[in-house]
Amino acid sequence: MITDQPSDRRRKQTSSCPHGHARAGRVYPRRSRAMLLCAALLQCTTFATPVAAAELTVSGAASLTAAFGEIATAFGNAHPGATVRTNFAGSSTLVQQIREGAPVDVFASADESNMQKLVDAHDVAGEPVIFARNRLAILVARGNPKKIAGIADLAQPGLIVSLCGPAVPAGKYAREIFAKAGVAVPESSQELDVKAVVSRVSLGEADAGVAYVTDARAADDRVDAVAIPDALNVVARYPIAVLARTRQPDLARDFVAFVRGGEGQAILARFGFLPP
Amino acid sequence: MSSAGSGRTRPRGTPALPKPVALAAALGVALFVLPLLGLVVRAPWGSAIAELASPEIATALRLSLVCSLGATFCAVVLGLPLAWLLARVDVPFRGLLRGLVMLPVVLPPVVGGVALLLAFGRRGLVGRWLDAAFGITLPFTTAGAVLAETFVAMPFFVLALEGALRGLDTRLEDAARTLGARPGVVFRRVTLPLLRPALASGAVLCWARALGEFGATITFAGNFPGRTQTLPLAVYAALESRPEAGILLSLVLLLVSLAVLVGLRHRWLGVT
Repeated sequence: MITDQPSDRRRKQTSSCPHGHARAGRVYPRRSRAMLLCAALLQCTTFATPVAAAELTVSGAASLTAAFGEIATAFGNAHPGATVRTNFAGSSTLVQQIREGAPVDVFASADESNMQKLVDAHDVAGEPVIFARNRLAILVARGNPKKIAGIADLAQPGLIVSLCGPAVPAGKYAREIFAKAGVAVPESSQELDVKAVVSRVSLGEADAGVAYVTDARAADDRVDAVAIPDALNVVARYPIAVLARTRQPDLARDFVAFVRGGEGQAILARFGFLPP
Repeated sequence: MSSAGSGRTRPRGTPALPKPVALAAALGVALFVLPLLGLVVRAPWGSAIAELASPEIATALRLSLVCSLGATFCAVVLGLPLAWLLARVDVPFRGLLRGLVMLPVVLPPVVGGVALLLAFGRRGLVGRWLDAAFGITLPFTTAGAVLAETFVAMPFFVLALEGALRGLDTRLEDAARTLGARPGVVFRRVTLPLLRPALASGAVLCWARALGEFGATITFAGNFPGRTQTLPLAVYAALESRPEAGILLSLVLLLVSLAVLVGLRHRWLGVT
């Protein structure tokens, strides 16, 4: 009985599938299935080509996430057939990605030194232009339970502070502010983009953080902001540029013009950015 | 017996390699080898010593050793009883329990980090109470990094030990008992020595996983130099400011992983 089983199964198999493909044949013969697959793949490529031709990839500083999301939609509406794909991270991360060959058409940085790295590496087509400015603020938990009134209070021992790393624009600006105020930079976590600072403070893991005024405004239901006086504050200047390797220089230039034009500037202003 | 069926077409053991299979396999090999080659080619060999000796990298290296060894210690202390429970005790819902223990193996580490934050963060289920009662907060501390690494790496130890416990010849323990040995003595003198190979390989595997932990650590414990910025976090941070250092650190982690694999190949991969 036991020894019979394998030969039994074998017999059944040979009788039902003489070429080994018969089981697949119940649905489609194998060859035609393969052809269907090829056809499907071809169809994908024929669909994909025209879309790809009008697809623009924009890498933007993390602080631009909300504003550029809206600008991308508005630009798509104004340019039928064009799709804008956005990629947000710390400007320093984006520079690294672009230098390693990421297929990006337009880059918007939160500072000029990260943009300059790309200019120096000949990755930028033409000159970067400033399209917006921003200021920094102290983010604290709602209700400001630690009673933080200014930069000097961030040096209190025992206070958990969240800052961006020194290569990230928001981290570099924060360190400039501490230097201006003559306050030692508190030991802190070194976040890789400014949104991480917002999330540390809004989750309550950090007591305070330094981020942009626009971040505080975007998260005003989760965090409170303590203003940094003008004398100590830093003005962040945001440059934008078309990248040298872009496959759609015209569309990329259109996008930059759109950001600098009336509609783009109105959206940026609504999110709290200052005009250039 | 089984050769009769396939013997009609081709003798077993010497299958001709169809070209598409060979091509796909070669592509598969290339997928693994090329990234390694990329690291080796781009590594700044000239300044390797100087880079590795720089204070921030030395700090990350030291912290990584402390955290991964701490996590391995926690995994052994907590994981051995857990493996025992799963292998030997008739607990209700054992399948569910085992699934929960194994969850971190398949869970995206970032999700693990978020979950840890919601449990042990300052406003988390347990963390809130820890903070209020003892003033203990885990995020942004080395203890938090150890916790994150333990969470992710312990299943590897439990998995190895449970398998070993199940494969153990219980007659040896029975024999010791019939000779009058007390349970503690049986465990110490019979069970533990039999488990030694599994303990070693499980702990090394767990340590290697802890050493490479990134997602849960950065999400839960943050990227705090000297406290929670372990090697993989330092690699990620360095890529932005000093890519050469990042590449070199990646290479260090690669060599460690390779050494673990080669060292454990008999036990873990079943090859010689």
